[in-house]
Amino acid sequence: MASPTTKAAGDGSGLVEMSWDPITRIVGSLGIHTKIDFKQKKVAECYSTSSVFRGYSVFMRGKDPRDAHFITSRICGICGDNHATCSVYAQNMAYGVKPPHLGEWIINLGEAAEYMFDHNIFQENLVGVDYCERMVKETNPGVLELAERTEAPHAAEHGYRTIADIMRSLNPLEGEFYREALQVSRYTREMFCLMEGRHVHPSTLYPGGTGTVASVQLFTDYLSRLMRYVEFMKRVVPLHDDLFDFFYEALPGYEEVGRRRVLLGCWGALNDPEHCDFTYRNMSDWGRRMFVTPGVIVDGKLVTNDLTEINLGIRILLGSSYYQDWEGQERFVTHDPLGNPVDPRHPWNQHTIPAPQKRDFDDKYSWVMSPRWFDGKDHLALDTGGGPIARLWSTALSGLVDIGYVKATGHSVVINLPRTMTKPETSFEWKIPKWSNALERNRARTYFQAYAAAVALHFAEQGLAEVRAGRTQTWEKFEVPDEGLGVGFTEAVRGVLSHHMVIRDGKIANYHPYPPTPWNASTRDSFGTPGPYEDAVQNTPIFEENPPENFKGIDIMRAVRSFDPCLPCGVHMYVGGGKTVQTMHVPTGLSGMGG
Amino acid sequence: MTTSPPETEAGTAGQDDKPIHVLWINAGLSCDGDSVSLTAATQPSIEEIALSVLPGLPKIEVHWPLIDFECGPVQGADTFIEWFFKGERGEIDPFVLVVEGSIPNEAIKPEGYWCGFGDDPETGQPITTSEWIDRLAPKALAVVAIGTCAAYGGIHAMAGNPTGAMGVPDYLGWDWKSHAGIPLVCVPGCPIQPDNFAETLVYLLHQASGAAPMIPLDEQLRPAWLFGATVHEGCDRAGYYEQGQFATTYDSPKCLVRLGCWGPVVKCNVPKRGWMNGIGGCPNVGGICIACTMPGFPDKFMPFMDEPPGATVSVTASSAYGSLIRRLRKVTQHTVDAEPKWRGPREKLTTGYRPPW
Repeated sequence: MASPTTKAAGDGSGLVEMSWDPITRIVGSLGIHTKIDFKQKKVAECYSTSSVFRGYSVFMRGKDPRDAHFITSRICGICGDNHATCSVYAQNMAYGVKPPHLGEWIINLGEAAEYMFDHNIFQENLVGVDYCERMVKETNPGVLELAERTEAPHAAEHGYRTIADIMRSLNPLEGEFYREALQVSRYTREMFCLMEGRHVHPSTLYPGGTGTVASVQLFTDYLSRLMRYVEFMKRVVPLHDDLFDFFYEALPGYEEVGRRRVLLGCWGALNDPEHCDFTYRNMSDWGRRMFVTPGVIVDGKLVTNDLTEINLGIRILLGSSYYQDWEGQERFVTHDPLGNPVDPRHPWNQHTIPAPQKRDFDDKYSWVMSPRWFDGKDHLALDTGGGPIARLWSTALSGLVDIGYVKATGHSVVINLPRTMTKPETSFEWKIPKWSNALERNRARTYFQAYAAAVALHFAEQGLAEVRAGRTQTWEKFEVPDEGLGVGFTEAVRGVLSHHMVIRDGKIANYHPYPPTPWNASTRDSFGTPGPYEDAVQNTPIFEENPPENFKGIDIMRAVRSFDPCLPCGVHMYVGGGKTVQTMHVPTGLSGMGG
Repeated sequence: MTTSPPETEAGTAGQDDKPIHVLWINAGLSCDGDSVSLTAATQPSIEEIALSVLPGLPKIEVHWPLIDFECGPVQGADTFIEWFFKGERGEIDPFVLVVEGSIPNEAIKPEGYWCGFGDDPETGQPITTSEWIDRLAPKALAVVAIGTCAAYGGIHAMAGNPTGAMGVPDYLGWDWKSHAGIPLVCVPGCPIQPDNFAETLVYLLHQASGAAPMIPLDEQLRPAWLFGATVHEGCDRAGYYEQGQFATTYDSPKCLVRLGCWGPVVKCNVPKRGWMNGIGGCPNVGGICIACTMPGFPDKFMPFMDEPPGATVSVTASSAYGSLIRRLRKVTQHTVDAEPKWRGPREKLTTGYRPPW
C-alpha cells in the first residue's frame, strides 16, 4: 500500500483534507471529499460528488411512451424494477388505464421481493462489512475487545452468543451469516422473477398490468420461499438490534454519527387495487390507501401525506452541478389536471442541458443536482435515510395501514409474522427513534425487511383469492393519447421515486425520473444548502482509534453507507447548472482538487 | 472481495502461489446491473469463484467495487483504487480487466468528463474511464466486456444520446488482442444472465491456468456455446407459434410475437436456461423479448411493444399452416387422451396375454 500522503488543507485551518473516491460497497460511483479536524475529532466539511453521466431524459425525448418503463429500468442495476414500476404507474395515468386487481397484486409481490432482496444484500454484504470483526479490529480494537466480553441479549433468537460472534459472522466470505445472506439474496430474487420475469430489469411489466401468467403454481412457488424468508427475519431483526444497540453502549455519543435534522420524505408504495384508479384527480385519496403511507416529516412532525401536495412541492435546484439552467426554456405544464399552478422548477417543466466541465469544489463539482421540497417557505433538503426509516416513520405517524400482518399505531409500526418451520408466531414493533442517524437508518432497514415480508403475505392471499375465483386476467388494453400527462409515485428501495412524463404528438416530450439518491447525494443548491450526505457527514464525530496516517474513515463510511447510496440513480438525467451560489464554505483545494 | 480469501482455501491444489487479479471497472456508462446480477449466479457462485472451489481454478483476487472490503481514503490506508495504479505499473501481473458500462466519447466536448473512476493525484480531476482502458488494456491478460453496454454500447448509446457512448470493441477495435493473444470477450445481456457471466469468467480462469484452450467466440466476440442459438429456438412457447396461436393480450400463455417479441432473431439463451436456478425468463414467462443482448439494441427494436416488421410474413404463414395442424392434432389428441380398452375390472383378461397352460 502506498504510504499515506494526506495533507493539511491549504487554507491554514489546520484541517486535513481526505477523500474517498470511488467509494466501494455501494452502487455506482460516489466520491466523498472532506476536511477533517483531527484535534476536535470531527469532520469539518464534506462534498459529495458523482462522476458518471448518461443522460436518460435527453435520449428519451421523441421516443414512444410505451418504451419508457423498459428504458428507465436501465437507470439502475439494483432497483431498476422500481423505475419500471414507477414508469408503468405514470403511463397508466397518462393512458387512463386501470390494470386488473390481480395484475396489481402481482406487481406488489414483485416489488415486496425487491425490498426483501435488496435490503438484505445491502445490509449484510455491503453495510454489514463496516461492522464485521475484521473491520472493527482494524478501526476500533478496543470496541472488539468489549464485544468479545458482551453477551448478545437475543442470543436465543439468533444463535450468536456474543456481539463479537455476530461481527465474525459478518466477515466477508468467511463469515457464516455473510454467506447465508448471499443465498437469501438469491431465493428472494427467484421470488421476484416469478412475478416480474427477471431481475433487475423486469420482462413482464407493461402499462396496463403484467404478462405474468397467474396460476396456483405461481403463488405456491412464491409463498414457499416467502415463509423461509419470514423465518429468516425472526433471527435477523434481533441480531441487528443487538449489534446496533451495542454500538451506542460501546461508544457513548455514537448517535451523532451521520446524524442530521429529521427531514424525511416518503412517496408511498404498494397500491391497493381496491382504491387506486391511477387518476390524478383521485391521487390524494388512493395515495393514502397505499400499503406504505406517503409523507413529508419535518422535525418529527407529519407535514403532509397528500400525494398531490407532495407533487406540487417538488423543485429541482441547481448550484453545484454540471448543467446549464433551463430558465427561459419552454414550460411544458403550467397547471396540473386539477388546475393547480405547476412551478417552472418542477420536473414536468425541467430541461436537461449537460455542461461537462472541470471539477471545482468552489463551484461545480458533481453530475448530481439538488432536488428540494418547497413547503411554501423553505426549499427543504429532504432525505430518505436510505428509504426504510422514512417509510416506517411516515407510515407510523399517519396510522392508516391496518391489515393484520402490519398495523400503524400513530407512533410505531407493529409487524406480525405467523408461525414458521421452527419458530412460533412473532411480533416486532418499530418505534419512532430519537434520531435520524446512521445506526437508526440501518436498524430501520432490517425492520422494513420484516415489513415487506408481512405485506407480501397479505398480497399473496389477495392474489390467490383472485385466482381461485377464476379472475386470472392480469393485463388491460389501452390507447396512447396524442397529448397526455402522467406522474408515478412509489418508494424505490432507497426511498422516494417519482416519474414525470409529458406526451405530445403521441411521443415523449419530456420525461424526468427522480429517484432517492439525487435527493440524498445532492450537492449544495443555489441557496447554498448542502445535500443530505454532505450535511450528515459534516459534523460527524470521529470515533476511529487510528491516527491520521492509518485513518480509514470508518465513521464517515458508516454515515454515508447508512443512506444506501446508489449513484446510477443519482445521475441519470439531472438538470442543472445554475448561477452562483453562495457557498457556505470555500475550500481552497480538497486534496489537490482545486484544479 | 479484495478480501484475500481465507487461508484454508479448498481446491487450489497444484496452482502456483501468484494469484490472478481481476480488476473491475464499473464506471463506464453503466447501472451496475451486471455486477449485481453476478451475485445471483449459482453455477458457480461468486463465493465459489473467489474461494477457487471448482477443480483447476487458479487462486484469484478480485477488486470489485460492488462488494470490496477496502475503502480507505485516497492515497491513504487500504485504498481500493490503488490496485488499478498497481495494474498500470505492472505490479499485479497477470490481471484480467472487466469493464462494465459503455464508453463515452470524451473528445466531443471542450473540458470535463462524462465518466471517471478515481482521481488523478497530479491534477485532482477524475481519471476518465477511457483513459483507464488506455492505461490498463495493454497490460491485461484479457479484457472482458460485461453487459450489452460495455459490449456494444447498449441503452446509453441510443439515438439522441449526448455522450457518444460506444462499446469496448468500438473503442479498442474489434480486432484488438491482448498481449497473450486473447481477443476481447463480450458477454452481452441487459443485465447479463448471472450464470452466463460466471461461466465465462471461469472459462477464462481455466484458460489462464493452462487447463482450457482459447475461448471460442463468435464474430461479435460472444462465447459461442452460450450465444449460438436464438431465443425462439429455446422458447417453450414456440409450439404455439408453430400452431399459429398468437397472443393478443400480454397475459396470454400463447406466443407473444405479434405483441413485440423479437425472440426469433435474437441470440440469447434465457428462455432455455431460465433467469436464475431455472426460474424466470422473458417470452417463456410472458415478457416480450426486447433483444437486450444484441448489438442493434435498443434502437433496432423500438417501439418495443409493436410487432416486429419481419414477423408479419411468417406469422401469416404459420397461422394458415398452424390451424390445419391444430385440427389434425386435435384428432390425435382425442385418441391419445383415452386409455386403451383393455384396462378395467372385468371377468376376463383382454390385454392379449395368453396363459401358457
